[in-house]
Amino acid sequence: MSESWTTPSQTVGPFFRHGLLWEDGPYAVPEGTPGGFWLTGAVFDGAGAPVPDAVVETWQADPDGRFDHPDDPRGAVARPGFRGFARSATDPEGRFRVFTVKPGPLPTGDGATEAPHLDVSVFCRGMLVRLVTRAYFPDEEANAADPVLTSIDDPAARATLVAAGVPGGYRFDIHLQGEHETVFFDL
Amino acid sequence: MPNPTRLPHTYRRDAPSHPPLDFPGYRSNALRVPHRPLVLLPQRLTEITGPLLGEERVGAHDADLTAGHADEPQGQRIIVSGRVLDGDGRPVAGTLLEVWQANAGGRYRHDGDRHPAPLDPNFTGVGRTVTDAEGRYSFTTIQPGAYPWRNHDNAWRPAHIHFSLFGTAFTQRLITQMYFPGDPLFAQDPIYNSVRDPRAREAMVARFDLGTTVPEWALGYRWDIVLRGKNPTPLEEEDDDE
Repeated sequence: MSESWTTPSQTVGPFFRHGLLWEDGPYAVPEGTPGGFWLTGAVFDGAGAPVPDAVVETWQADPDGRFDHPDDPRGAVARPGFRGFARSATDPEGRFRVFTVKPGPLPTGDGATEAPHLDVSVFCRGMLVRLVTRAYFPDEEANAADPVLTSIDDPAARATLVAAGVPGGYRFDIHLQGEHETVFFDL
Repeated sequence: MPNPTRLPHTYRRDAPSHPPLDFPGYRSNALRVPHRPLVLLPQRLTEITGPLLGEERVGAHDADLTAGHADEPQGQRIIVSGRVLDGDGRPVAGTLLEVWQANAGGRYRHDGDRHPAPLDPNFTGVGRTVTDAEGRYSFTTIQPGAYPWRNHDNAWRPAHIHFSLFGTAFTQRLITQMYFPGDPLFAQDPIYNSVRDPRAREAMVARFDLGTTVPEWALGYRWDIVLRGKNPTPLEEEDDDE
């Protein structure tokens, strides 16, 4: 079928907290998981102000670079205690937090390897279509050969996709607009 | 020998049915959308997979927003049901739907909602369910009210229910709103009208359905949701010599 329309995206609005927030939302893995860390950050608007009504969601491979998913051509691999998905609302200062473990590298299918990364979605009041970005890790040599990172010529733009190491984990700020605007993807 | 990393498919890009990122008529949009063009991200393993969340997220009363309180909520009881399909018409089975909405007076149970309509002690306005093998879902709830907001002079949101869906891949994730047929507020609502294609706009409007109306109890509305469809196997020719 060539028909390609889908139900349109609409804003999450300001009042999603009851509907979308789960008590265990920020935990891609349970507290106490070996290698677990907090990925924290804040969402900022074009005026540099924090966005207090955003939802940030992350999705990732497990530490072996596997997914518990039937469309992974290498086969689905379940890892006990690993959900791979996390969801956090921002607080009045625009901050979100996600507890997870570092994913493994991934084969691209054409001989290249993607460095460890999280796919990240951002929703908020004022945003009609979700934004998508990726969070990479600063301590990964594989970043130098990652096909997504290396496709972005401007070093400052590329740097927006790499989290910073902080005590207890990493920090990944998201700038929706402006001088430090995060690279967002069309997928 | 099949290539163990060759993806079974990708998902079609679907921009024409969606609003533009930049839509000045929606006031709070101005500072919250990127000004640089989006970078094309090839769909690979992370994008063609996604969280397969289902029954474990759903509690006993979650598909009935009128239940779980001491008494019945105020307002017109309705049943909203339909199917979740992909762009190829295939049912999306076992996927989590989350909904949230205002009460009959147009007020959300949220600290930030300043609309001076009463809160309803018997209505929280939050539901969850999972599609069955044919992609079907159903919620029992009450008809939400319209409410004012400050986007422009005398601005009111048409009555709507927020829907969140995961589908089976990160690319299929969708948050949208379901509207009610014949709403006189459509013409002045920038969120509804941010969708430029009239057919796509109408696809956000449920239809009244006497067939799912329950006698002496609840009115029925039908609303189908379409997530992205699949592209066939990419890179087929390039890998043929392996």
